Amino acid sequence: MLASIRQLGQNGIDLITALGRAGNIWWQAIWRRPRLANAHLVFRQIYQLGVLSVVITVLSGFSIGAVLALQGYNQLVKYGSESALGLGVALVLVMEIGPVVSGLLFAGRAGSAVTAEIGLMKATEQLSSMEMIGVDPLQRIVAPRLWAGFISMPILALMFSVVGIWGSSLIGVDWLGVYEGAFWSAMQDGVDFKSHVLKGIIKSVVFGLIVTWIAVYQGYEAEPTSEGISRATTRTVVHSSVAVLVLDFFLTLVMFNF
Amino acid sequence: MQMRTIEIVVGAFMLAGLISLAVLAIRVSGFNVGAETNTYSVFAKFENVGGLVVRAKVSIAGVIVGQVAEISLDQESFTALVRMEIDSDVAKLSIDSTAAILTEGLLGGKFIGLTIGADEAYLKDGAYITDTQSSIVLEDMIGKFLMKQF
Repeated sequence: MLASIRQLGQNGIDLITALGRAGNIWWQAIWRRPRLANAHLVFRQIYQLGVLSVVITVLSGFSIGAVLALQGYNQLVKYGSESALGLGVALVLVMEIGPVVSGLLFAGRAGSAVTAEIGLMKATEQLSSMEMIGVDPLQRIVAPRLWAGFISMPILALMFSVVGIWGSSLIGVDWLGVYEGAFWSAMQDGVDFKSHVLKGIIKSVVFGLIVTWIAVYQGYEAEPTSEGISRATTRTVVHSSVAVLVLDFFLTLVMFNF
Repeated sequence: MQMRTIEIVVGAFMLAGLISLAVLAIRVSGFNVGAETNTYSVFAKFENVGGLVVRAKVSIAGVIVGQVAEISLDQESFTALVRMEIDSDVAKLSIDSTAAILTEGLLGGKFIGLTIGADEAYLKDGAYITDTQSSIVLEDMIGKFLMKQF
């Protein structure tokens, strides 16, 4: 009994310590933003995190858009309002599914890679040797990844939404026969740039930050063994997926006037 | 991988992001760049605006000429005060025009339809349309219909 209470307290302290350490890493890395001479480091990371995630994002976006069109059509056709299909799919994709699902994919595809890479660097003592020759690993390793995630994630989310809407129009208009004019005009009428598209972009920026932050922290704090790296990679995917979903709830709560 | 190749691919990636943003802005949300048209305000009081929302369209003969800018309660007459923003191209609305709240289809949204009168004087910025017809509330109509039956 006493032991379990002690354990609970220990867990609480560990959690707060972890948050503090993660915040510290983030804060220091953000201020050591890469100098212009180091821009190629950021480019390389945008390539690693963003460009290499394009294929999975585009494929998932297309399938989700297509499925939304199929399911939405089935429901809407009962009320004879299948012309609202474009509007429904576009709103759902732009505000919710685009940022959230691409955030989850980003966590699985890019976050895990970042953790594994940094964890391995730590295990092979590259990080400490960098410090020894006077190169700051926060600036050289952590900061470019944070900035790359921050830049790549909104682009991926935008691509996801666009491809999803294209997929839904392919299914809805070309296959199921929703009238094309009504499909697009209902969408343009109902989707507002400022109050829907922009809020979706804000969400994706936040998700990009949080996912790369968790990934970098887990890599940095990984136990320098193969088992430790594997655990850290798993934790990255689990923590960042949960963080994306929970943050999505709160962002929606704040941004959409509840 | 060559640094140059990476730069090209990253550039293409960023460009794809910008194109996606443009598609979302123009094709999906119908965002008009810099199309901030000049408008003037016309007021109308309605007994009941039931279901009319801000940004609902204002049309003449089915052509959109403006939008609803503000809906508030007139504290003296306890009627709904609606401010409409009419495009300034459409300047010659006679002062005896009427405004009616109409419904788009059976389940569609509400909008304001203006019917032009015959007077030679025209509505100016801040003018009131006096002849208005309120929103038809389906429940009221059903109620009246039932009363007639019994």
